[in-house]
Amino acid sequence: MILTIAARELRGLFLSPLAWTLLAVVQGLLAWIFLILVGDFRNLQGRLALLDNAPGVTDLVAAPLFRVAAWVLLLLTPLLTMRLLSEERRTGTLDLLLSAPVGSTAIVLGKYLGVVLFLSGLIVLVALMPLTLAAGAPLDSGKLLAGVLGLILLAGSFTAAGLYLSALTIQPALAAMATFGLLLLLWVVDMAGAGQKALGSLFAYLSLSRHYDALLLGLFDSADVAYYLLFIAAFLGLTIRRLDDARLRD
Amino acid sequence: MSDGLGRLFQSKITNNTAAHRPKLVENVMKGERLVQVERLTRSYGGIRAVDEISFTLRKGQVLGFLGLNGAGKSTTMRMLAGVLAPDAGRIAINGADLLDQPRQAKQSIGYLPEQPPLYRELTVDEQLRYSARLHGLDHATCRQALLQTKERCGLADVGRRLIGNLSKGYRQRVGLAQALLHDPPVLVLDEPTVGLDPFQLREMRGLIRTLGRDRGVILSTHLLPEVQATCTHVQIIRAGRLVYAGALADLERQRCSTHLRVGLNAPPPAVNLAQLPGVVQVEELGVGRFRLHHAPDAALHQAVLERACADGWDLWEITPEHAGLEQIFVDLTLGDAPI
Repeated sequence: MILTIAARELRGLFLSPLAWTLLAVVQGLLAWIFLILVGDFRNLQGRLALLDNAPGVTDLVAAPLFRVAAWVLLLLTPLLTMRLLSEERRTGTLDLLLSAPVGSTAIVLGKYLGVVLFLSGLIVLVALMPLTLAAGAPLDSGKLLAGVLGLILLAGSFTAAGLYLSALTIQPALAAMATFGLLLLLWVVDMAGAGQKALGSLFAYLSLSRHYDALLLGLFDSADVAYYLLFIAAFLGLTIRRLDDARLRD
Repeated sequence: MSDGLGRLFQSKITNNTAAHRPKLVENVMKGERLVQVERLTRSYGGIRAVDEISFTLRKGQVLGFLGLNGAGKSTTMRMLAGVLAPDAGRIAINGADLLDQPRQAKQSIGYLPEQPPLYRELTVDEQLRYSARLHGLDHATCRQALLQTKERCGLADVGRRLIGNLSKGYRQRVGLAQALLHDPPVLVLDEPTVGLDPFQLREMRGLIRTLGRDRGVILSTHLLPEVQATCTHVQIIRAGRLVYAGALADLERQRCSTHLRVGLNAPPPAVNLAQLPGVVQVEELGVGRFRLHHAPDAALHQAVLERACADGWDLWEITPEHAGLEQIFVDLTLGDAPI
């Protein structure tokens, strides 16, 4: 049942020009940045050779590329999630799901999975670019995988937050705006309290970006992964509750 | 369905595909309760949109839910379909409680909301297949059901067209097909004929009547002719309360012939007519014609005939007049007519 809903969500995405445009824009933009990074690396190569323990091509090309990709995802996910539930409520198609023998959990997970699958595809396309370097340079596959995992976890977190905010309103634009605001806030929240010790570490822990940075360095800490999984579970849980609640209030 | 009108409807129905007989319904005894609603209540911000409504729907009934806009029809329909949770009350669909066993109950319902829930970017086939999968139909059953339902709803030619490009009438049919796909014993149709042209209207009504033979159908409408053309039973709702429930035939019988129109070549003064037993009021229609208002149980025609012969009024017309259902509807929905 979850897969049926996810499949329709994906289909709906690819039937509209939005998905294709997003894929093209993201790929084009990141390819441009990738080329710049590769160029920089070539210029630096001579000097790097003189250093002991010099950063490799994965650190100097893949990691910065993924850092930019995270920003792009932050900007793009609200556009994908804004319609998920708000549009269905506005046009009345949600009635089909609510009157079908399908629970709220399946509806929410199906919709979530649809978008996450789309974003995972996009991330794989992005990861293919640094992977081409394997033809001529030694790649650190562990770091690369950690980066891809980080991006997918980030995308999952963004989508969960977006899905929840889309359940709160019937105006897709409002949902997109709110999602963008929330994600941006959580992204930069570690800037606050930089001086104070206790507060600083709390904000740093809350920040979406800190846990990602660790993964980009190749540090696979289960606490970081748990942070994202908890984030996702919390927002999905809220969305399911909200959907049940809509039957009561609406 | 023992009432005369029900039989009349049945005899008029053209024999549609009998092959499409639901499994669930076969086991059900004739007249079995398909929907049971008890003291259903729902408020919006302190206003009671639906106030302690109770009713039963049996197999073979087409129940017309009649009321003005805002009377609580759609709210009740939404609660029946499980889209909206009631504040209080109980709904049992085909023996399963909608709140305790939502999946079982919802499997037995086909719901067509006011706005058919269709994705504009899908084709008709894709939409129907999606809905079939949501209702747990497997691949083979789905294909079979798709073919039969499309045939039934007149959608055989538009399977590959985009829903966004279809006219309102076709969308309504796709919505109905979607509600029928999993062959539910209960159909809940919220204003199913809105936006249809007269020809489609006739087709849709015929289809609903046919479907009602081996199912239970509830349809809401604010149009009285709709009920007269389609339903076997009628329920009138006013400001969230049920003010009338019964067989359509009863409603017609109950209020009929309270007027008698008579035409006389040699009429007496109106006062003489008013003195006839049971006459409440005399209305002069000119050229020797009168409308006599009388109590429902008075056998006035007898008295009129006798007096006309005895006094030489030269009677040339005597017609019992039926109070239009329209009038009854207006009385029940607006006024405070006693039931």
